[in-house]
Amino acid sequence: MDEPVILIEDLHRVYTMGETEVRALDGVSLSIGRGEFVAVMGPSGSGKSTFMNIVGCLDRPTSGRYVLEGVDVSSLDRDARALIRNDKIGFVFQNFNLLPRTSALENVELPLLYSRKHRLSDAGQLERARAALGHVGLAERWDHTPAQLSGGQQQRVAIARALVNEPTILLADEPTGNLDSRTSDEVMEIFQKLNDEGRTVILITHEPDIAEYARRVISFRDGRLVGDVPVGQRRVAGRLAAPAPVAPGPGPRAPEVHP
Amino acid sequence: MTKTSSILKVAFRAMGRNKLRSLLTALGIIIGVACVVATIGIGEGARIQTESQLRSLGTNFLMVFPGTVTSSGARSGWGSNSKLSEEDVVAIRNEVPTAAYVSASIRTVAQVVYGNQNWSTSIQGGEVDWPLIRSWNVAQGQFFTDADNRAAAKVCVLGQTVATTLFGSDDPVGQTIRIKNIPFKVVGVLEAKGGSMMGQDQDDTVIAPYETVRKKIMGTTAVGMIMVAVSSEDLVQRTQDDITALLRQRHRINRAAGQEDDFMIRSQTEMLQHADEQANTMKVLLWSIAGVSLLVGGIGIMNIMLVSVTERTREIGVRMAIGARGGDIRAQFLVEAVVLAVFGGLVGIALGIGIQSLVAKYAHWPTSVPPTAVALAFLFSALVGVTFGFYPALKASRLDPIEALRYE
Repeated sequence: MDEPVILIEDLHRVYTMGETEVRALDGVSLSIGRGEFVAVMGPSGSGKSTFMNIVGCLDRPTSGRYVLEGVDVSSLDRDARALIRNDKIGFVFQNFNLLPRTSALENVELPLLYSRKHRLSDAGQLERARAALGHVGLAERWDHTPAQLSGGQQQRVAIARALVNEPTILLADEPTGNLDSRTSDEVMEIFQKLNDEGRTVILITHEPDIAEYARRVISFRDGRLVGDVPVGQRRVAGRLAAPAPVAPGPGPRAPEVHP
Repeated sequence: MTKTSSILKVAFRAMGRNKLRSLLTALGIIIGVACVVATIGIGEGARIQTESQLRSLGTNFLMVFPGTVTSSGARSGWGSNSKLSEEDVVAIRNEVPTAAYVSASIRTVAQVVYGNQNWSTSIQGGEVDWPLIRSWNVAQGQFFTDADNRAAAKVCVLGQTVATTLFGSDDPVGQTIRIKNIPFKVVGVLEAKGGSMMGQDQDDTVIAPYETVRKKIMGTTAVGMIMVAVSSEDLVQRTQDDITALLRQRHRINRAAGQEDDFMIRSQTEMLQHADEQANTMKVLLWSIAGVSLLVGGIGIMNIMLVSVTERTREIGVRMAIGARGGDIRAQFLVEAVVLAVFGGLVGIALGIGIQSLVAKYAHWPTSVPPTAVALAFLFSALVGVTFGFYPALKASRLDPIEALRYE
């Protein structure tokens, strides 16, 4: 692999709480190449959330270097980091974080409204959002609000939102934490498909069986990197007892509404 | 900066998601602006009506009243001991050339009776020039003559209200009514004049020759008031000065020795100015109320926007995570506040115009909404939106994305 997408050198993040210092990250060095599928594991308090916040440019390290696609982003200010997030990072959250009472299409379109990279016309934005929804197999449910979608479908809308701006990395924070195992498998299938298409995926999880969908697992403990191993036998999604087709997937909980 | 159209889109979608809350937020402004527009419309209408009534009397109209008299240090009330005499009336008529029409006038209240109908009304005594001075014409029959006045003839002219009250739809001309038990022949009926600026019904009156009212009804020698019509509006001040000088001379009042006038002259122009002053005081009052209600509306907007920022912390976190800068969030919330305020302003203006036209229709109160008031109300509400939307917007833009995303 050529130049790594993410290059991290001796990263520290120290929180000061009153008089005590909490070393959330204590000297982490790591590099992630283009097209990798990395699962980040560790118990709570291990520093994996802090790691994710810094990799996602939501937070800045206390010291150390973080180079994203050849650009040192470790000392950028708020607005500059917002631009980087919009441009290079697609977030997927545990609780989906879709805007309520807003159609799937408009949710997916949201990053484009803040985009500088893509200055599209209104029609262009909608078309792009529609394409992203199609990519996760929800093209037909573009006008459904989150309340009208099942958990798995909501997470797929969130993935489409993360994809719409063509980010460099897809950063998923416990994306299956609120889903049952079958729906988790569906969602992981999408991540694997996206990774197969060449996208870099970073997955934060504390479930070992979810981590098995990745190709590489790194583990944190007490703010330090304690493990970095390739996944020997990669688990392939869509092979559970009941095959769950990804596209077009009629959600088990969402009644089909045709206006 | 993000495209303006995107910011507008974001703000409008956010408001559309919370229609009820948006409406409630705007309600303060709606009510405030509606109050402003309605009260100012009604107040302005009242002012215009007062002015037009005063103008309908003629701007070249002077009234000479008997003044207060000081005797042995005790000041009697206004008009208590009239020093105006019929000779004064004659003197003004003869010696002040710019006084085109002069009429002595006297007024009392009495019961008038016709058949089995009776009515308590104001009885005015006037001379033959009275209709010219008041610019008030006779609708039926005719006004009494100078000869009637000199002979103290028992004739009278009815105002419309009295005519309809006593006679219904019958023709009063030629009939005889009794005033204080004295029979009076009705020779004419005046045109309808409507309410005065004090709100009195000007048509609720009976006009009889001055001498008749003075001798037969009141039994007095004092002149109640002298009405003067000046030949032209520019000569009002000069005529007023001339009459003042004449009456001082006739009443032997030495101003240099500190003696006070025992009469006073009111001109229509003066009353117009007075009415204007009153209207202005009223306007200041209304605008202060308006200002306060807009302020309260603004605080309402700020209040709800602050609640909204707290309630939408997660949303703000998501927006920031996917790349919204602080400025984008600030712009979104500011646009929301301004749009709500302006929307409230527009609805308020419509509601205010609605209220004042209802008042006009059912309370027969003339109203007029000046465009400047509408423009000001609109501008104010926009300003309120910016002012009171700024702090919540700033607060929203300063949220930390990590904490906002974690907010439950």
